Amino acid sequence: MEKPFRYIGTKRRAKESPRFVTGQGRFVADIHVPGMKHVAIVASPHPSARIVSIDSAAARAMPGVRYILDGQEFCAHTDSLYVGVDAPKVTRYALAKDVVRYSGEWVVAVVADSRAQAEDAAELVEVEYEAMPHVIDPERSLLPDAPLLHPDHGSNRLYHRKFVWGPVEEAFAQAEERLAFRVTWGRSSTVPIETFGVLAQWHESDRLLDVWASIQMPKYPDQLARALRLPGNAVRVHYDVDVGGSFGLKRGIKHTVLVSYLARRIGAPVRFIEDRLENMRGGDMHGPDRFFDIEVAFNRDGLVKGLRMRAVDDVGAYAGRSPLQLGKPVSAICGPYQIPAIEYEPTSVMTNKTPQEAVRGFGQAPTNLALERTMDRVARHLDMDPIELRRRNFIRSDQFPYLIPSGSTYDSGDYHAVLDKALAGIDYPALLRQRDSLRAQGALAGIGIATCLEPSGGNSAFEPLFNAKNDTTTWMDSCLVRVDLSGAITGVMGTSSAGQGHETLVATVLGEVLEREPDNIRVVHADSLNALPSNSPVGSRMAIMLGGAAAGAARKIKATLIALAAHNLGCAVDDIEYAEGSASVRGDPGKMLSWDKLVEIAHRKFHLLPPGMEPGLQAGFVWEVPTGGGLPTADGRVQIYPCYSFEAHVVLIEIDPETGRPKILKYLCGHDCGVMINPDIVHGMTYGGIAHGIGAALYEKFAYTEEGELASGTLMDYLIPSSMEVPELHIVDHCTPSPLTTFGQKGSGESGYLGSAAAVCNAVNDALAPMGRSIETLPMSHLAIWNTIRPT
Amino acid sequence: MSEETILVSLEVNGKQVSGLVPARTTLVDFLRDELRLTGTHAGCEHGTCGACTVLLNGEPIRSCLVFAVQLEGQKITTVEGLSQPDGSLSILQDSFSAAHAQQCGYCTPGMLISAQSLLDRNAQPSDEEIRVAISSNLCRCTGYQQIVNAVKLAAERMARE
Ligand code: FES
Ligand code: FES
Repeated sequence: MEKPFRYIGTKRRAKESPRFVTGQGRFVADIHVPGMKHVAIVASPHPSARIVSIDSAAARAMPGVRYILDGQEFCAHTDSLYVGVDAPKVTRYALAKDVVRYSGEWVVAVVADSRAQAEDAAELVEVEYEAMPHVIDPERSLLPDAPLLHPDHGSNRLYHRKFVWGPVEEAFAQAEERLAFRVTWGRSSTVPIETFGVLAQWHESDRLLDVWASIQMPKYPDQLARALRLPGNAVRVHYDVDVGGSFGLKRGIKHTVLVSYLARRIGAPVRFIEDRLENMRGGDMHGPDRFFDIEVAFNRDGLVKGLRMRAVDDVGAYAGRSPLQLGKPVSAICGPYQIPAIEYEPTSVMTNKTPQEAVRGFGQAPTNLALERTMDRVARHLDMDPIELRRRNFIRSDQFPYLIPSGSTYDSGDYHAVLDKALAGIDYPALLRQRDSLRAQGALAGIGIATCLEPSGGNSAFEPLFNAKNDTTTWMDSCLVRVDLSGAITGVMGTSSAGQGHETLVATVLGEVLEREPDNIRVVHADSLNALPSNSPVGSRMAIMLGGAAAGAARKIKATLIALAAHNLGCAVDDIEYAEGSASVRGDPGKMLSWDKLVEIAHRKFHLLPPGMEPGLQAGFVWEVPTGGGLPTADGRVQIYPCYSFEAHVVLIEIDPETGRPKILKYLCGHDCGVMINPDIVHGMTYGGIAHGIGAALYEKFAYTEEGELASGTLMDYLIPSSMEVPELHIVDHCTPSPLTTFGQKGSGESGYLGSAAAVCNAVNDALAPMGRSIETLPMSHLAIWNTIRPT
Repeated sequence: MSEETILVSLEVNGKQVSGLVPARTTLVDFLRDELRLTGTHAGCEHGTCGACTVLLNGEPIRSCLVFAVQLEGQKITTVEGLSQPDGSLSILQDSFSAAHAQQCGYCTPGMLISAQSLLDRNAQPSDEEIRVAISSNLCRCTGYQQIVNAVKLAAERMARE
């Protein structure tokens, strides 16, 4: 048995909190560079049009205006942004050239001394358009006569493949029962309270670009340099900028290329902070917009034998990485269930809508909705308790490590135990009684269950799976640790944070390994020229990857200290006992070197170092994702994520039969993400994820009109749940350590969100079941519910 | 060439301040850009998110919805004014930190202002009253649970002192 942790898993304050509660956070809009100029955007009012002419004479004459940039100039001097799948003709630039492909697409950028002056001038830019046919509906967009978004690409389909894993035909032929239905995840997103912003400054004498941005994006400096045709070391991204929420989304690469180009072009620092409409309409940050055609084969005992899942995802007008959001769910395509045969047919389609960006879970939450609706529909069909049905299909704790048909091996778990704990935690028999008594009083009431997985560890093996030309097999992260001459410890991470508490994570891990007080450890965010390689906090990876890298670096430091002590105390390395930073000879505690002494030797006394040891005391550690490194097989099987966290949601909902208004009465989530490094941080992200999923289930939608206009461009139309819509939330913890990670931790950055929308959807459908009605489309808005229940 | 400006004088966090700004400058821009008090954040600039909440003569308002010139001579409190005179955390701020009521920290200043104004008028609020008071402030990170817990904790601690 390992000795219990000293700091890991204990209640500790987040290191970041003092600056946030005093208003001393340093967000991108707080950074002031003297002489900086401001950008306003002229956006397309058409979903599809040819740009006939641009007249900016009147705008140019306005006070304070410094520069006006259009797509002709911009596209001539920069390169297209990265495309995640093999679709090289789907080029994308920050400013449209010749044609616009969605309402809100950026056409002209105006730079002025103040933001207000830039906006005044932008209003005077006259763009003449010739409207062209557009397509908003993804199914229509796949038809042969649909207008083409990118004619050179040849179709509106960006990606399509049919994967068959296991004996699907046989499973369907032999099963006693079959069901088919469609379930739809609406177009929503993470919509952080801070919009995206970026500030860029070009230093001509050094040929160096400084960038401060509200960014959470893998390979951001590299993509930026490529688009600007600069070497990578001409771009310095400052990761010490606090990011005001992201959840995968803040990947303002197009904004950054634009602002950087302008800064260099006009020789002044240039800043662009999206306003809310810009963020919602032209910020290119919508989330998955996906429907699933499901066929399921099962026996009367409830065991699911085969699944066919056709998923069509509408990514909007350009590609980016968004088609890959159909790829990550391959990592947990059967959820927590033993489903031996699966056919998965993902299709990524373009329409004349705002482009899609990565959203919390990278496509897993919609897939979990489809799986959880499947489970509930099977249960209803068999008139079986949905909990019992899930129990029968769960992978059992004695079956781990468990290889799923699509090629990933789940590391560990105990799904039965977590579900049982959740049911006990919410007092399930009492919950049933409450639902039934509400029903007896004439209310519509329902209970929803969702049990699902959070793949974690952020590997990108779906890239080669979805693009044979991409053979990336590492998605490393790293940490650099320094012990200075005073003996103080500093951890250096190579990415920014958006509220996940990475400074606390690194300090806790370093403190744990080196047995030093985490409160005294400083953690800094390097800039991209100083940083060791990082792939940013995506895919619930940082507890595993940054935590693992920090532990690796700390262990190197510890090994150095032990070697140093052995050399000076005249014993073997194995004879040294390390405790609380001091090293002594085992069995002879009088022979001891304190932390301060060891540090002093390392920094000052070369003559006391063992031969070959570097002076100074620092260590870097770069860690490959555990289980990473493999390429897909020809039939599309690959190990994607290493670790699999599990959550079991239970919710009671009441619907007002007079108005259709839903109200969540009780909510509990059973959660197992292995060893928690900081429980408050894990719980916080889980609560937030649940609230976010409640929004996706009931309220949030980027709606489009038939004419191709975004109808929800403000926070008055796009409804983020407030403290009145989100009920009191409860979490019950369980811990099944991962055998693959340093401390047994798994990821939890997407927890809550991966199952809450499904649980709420199941609850609404349970409430509607006595009327014989159902809703399979999110968001199940107040109005949609009313339209379903109103007397016909 | 720049715009015509107007002299605006206010009392912010107990100090007399003034600035020459265009008439259309909102209070949030005046605080952030003129006074460089960047603790007050803007999330929507159309009065919905509450990130920009400050106290005007003790009452919470949305600083994105008023012009600075409208408030000549009035008293404003921002998050920077919540700390103790010696700069240490107030009970409410410390309770936010203790209960992990912030993640990204972007909504936090507005939340603190709304919560402080609640505690100023109701020293022992119920959960429901706390939820009503902070319902004017959107948070995307926390699901509100730890914020409700923090406000409750602050009320308990204030009652004990
Ligand atoms: S910025 Fe004022 S309410 Fe959102
Ligand atoms: S803490 Fe991030 S929005 Fe509230």
